[in-house]
Amino acid sequence: MEFLSYLISGISLGSVYAIIALGYTMVYGIAKMLNFAHGDVIMVGGYISLTAMLSMNLPPIVAVLLAMVVCTVLGVIIEGLAYKPLRSAPSLAVLITAIGVSYFLQNSALLVWGANPKSYTPVIEGAMKIFDGKLSISYISLLTMASCIVIMIVLTLFINKTQLGKAMRACSEDKGAAMLMGINVNRTISVTFAIGSALAAIAGVLLCSSYTSLMPTTGSMPGIKAFTAAVFGGIGSIPGAFLGGILLGIIESMAKAYISTQLANSIVFAVLILTLLIRPAGLLGKYVPEKV
Amino acid sequence: MGQILKVDNINVYYGAIHAIKGISFEVNEGEVVTLIGANGAGKSTTLQTVSGLLRSRTGSIEFNGEDLAKIPPHLVVRKGLAQVPEGRRIFQQMSVEENLEMGAYTRDKSELEGDLEMVFKQFPRLLERRRQIAGTLSGGEQQMLAIGRALMSHPKLLMLDEPSMGLAPILVEQIFDIIRQLNEAGTTILLVEQNAQMALSVAHRAYVLETGKITLSGTGKELAESDQVRKAYLGG
Repeated sequence: MEFLSYLISGISLGSVYAIIALGYTMVYGIAKMLNFAHGDVIMVGGYISLTAMLSMNLPPIVAVLLAMVVCTVLGVIIEGLAYKPLRSAPSLAVLITAIGVSYFLQNSALLVWGANPKSYTPVIEGAMKIFDGKLSISYISLLTMASCIVIMIVLTLFINKTQLGKAMRACSEDKGAAMLMGINVNRTISVTFAIGSALAAIAGVLLCSSYTSLMPTTGSMPGIKAFTAAVFGGIGSIPGAFLGGILLGIIESMAKAYISTQLANSIVFAVLILTLLIRPAGLLGKYVPEKV
Repeated sequence: MGQILKVDNINVYYGAIHAIKGISFEVNEGEVVTLIGANGAGKSTTLQTVSGLLRSRTGSIEFNGEDLAKIPPHLVVRKGLAQVPEGRRIFQQMSVEENLEMGAYTRDKSELEGDLEMVFKQFPRLLERRRQIAGTLSGGEQQMLAIGRALMSHPKLLMLDEPSMGLAPILVEQIFDIIRQLNEAGTTILLVEQNAQMALSVAHRAYVLETGKITLSGTGKELAESDQVRKAYLGG
């Protein structure tokens, strides 16, 4: 029963990683860049939803929607101001810019909301008890897992069935050819950032509701872990992000429960390194040899 | 027969390299015009400049009387100009049908079925492989898909960049038959080829490109018979 409880908390944590990893992987797939500021958008989503609930007394669902809108706009602005001018720059320049944006967001949050951790009001409280109360699953865990599954299904349908989704896949394969088809590549990249950032807002709310504490660096560690999850599953692959996220959550939760709380993070990253040694493109990633 | 494309004095650079040095040519409605020349002469660069992927520092590119110089590449196809790029560049991980759908990106969605039928009629092989992932097609089929994808936009001018590249001789024949058929059906074609013999056999008019300049022009027949061209490109 204890094992089951750790497993569920692992899947729940993994669901948050998966939602964040989807943003990383979609942006990487299309813009071929690692948006290291993605984790900090989660933190902004957390603060916006908290402010909406506490200071503006809005119901949780409205707070979530507001956080999604703000993060979407933020994501599109970041892309337009910081990354778009670097579209043909070396990838190292883009990477450093992304790290810069990350610090910018953290320090802006420091200015606006202060350094002290704020306690976060979960969007949903209570727990479901099963097996005569031996196993208790918090509603926020259930909500997190359900959100992840719904997001995954909707995103897969979007990418495979809609014209915009197909245009995204076309851009991710060959931007020049996509332009020849009449696809506006810049706009497609903006839409990708918008979707990733909206997902980051949802992840922010779910993460803060589980851990009920929020500060300017809150997004940073989950961001890195979600990036790890995306690489673990195969960066650029949507099912890979999902699988990588869930597995990472389970490994972390099991490591905390059975090995050591302090070592949990090291174990997570050790698993990543081992996986990449055996499968350099990640679990579901395709290894594409360089064409000569 | 009106003029459909008029390229006037374009100069294109790759960094410091002057790739296209003041090229001018035109294509009339209903024609097959070919640009022939050796590897590196600037043929593909010229086509990419017409579709807006590269920019000229001087001159103008008029399509149907409209200057394309300031129009972003993704809007050029809306004007009625489609390009089959060098090396085909189909979307390898998408299905045959999805590739064709991307070709129809600028078209009204309600016309998709009719457009697909038109392409499948021209290329029955693509119909057989409709759901197959494009990367698994053979080279000839991929070239057919690349041409079919360009036709989905109903271009007034179809630009083909080295359609015979990497194909077996029998397939090259097939591709050129297709070019002839498309032209007979009313599509104006601008063809870039290293295979000068085949290109001149289908072309009404031709231009010879050498290191970024046009050195000769004339009808396909004239150039096929010209000593200069025979020596340089037709093997004697």
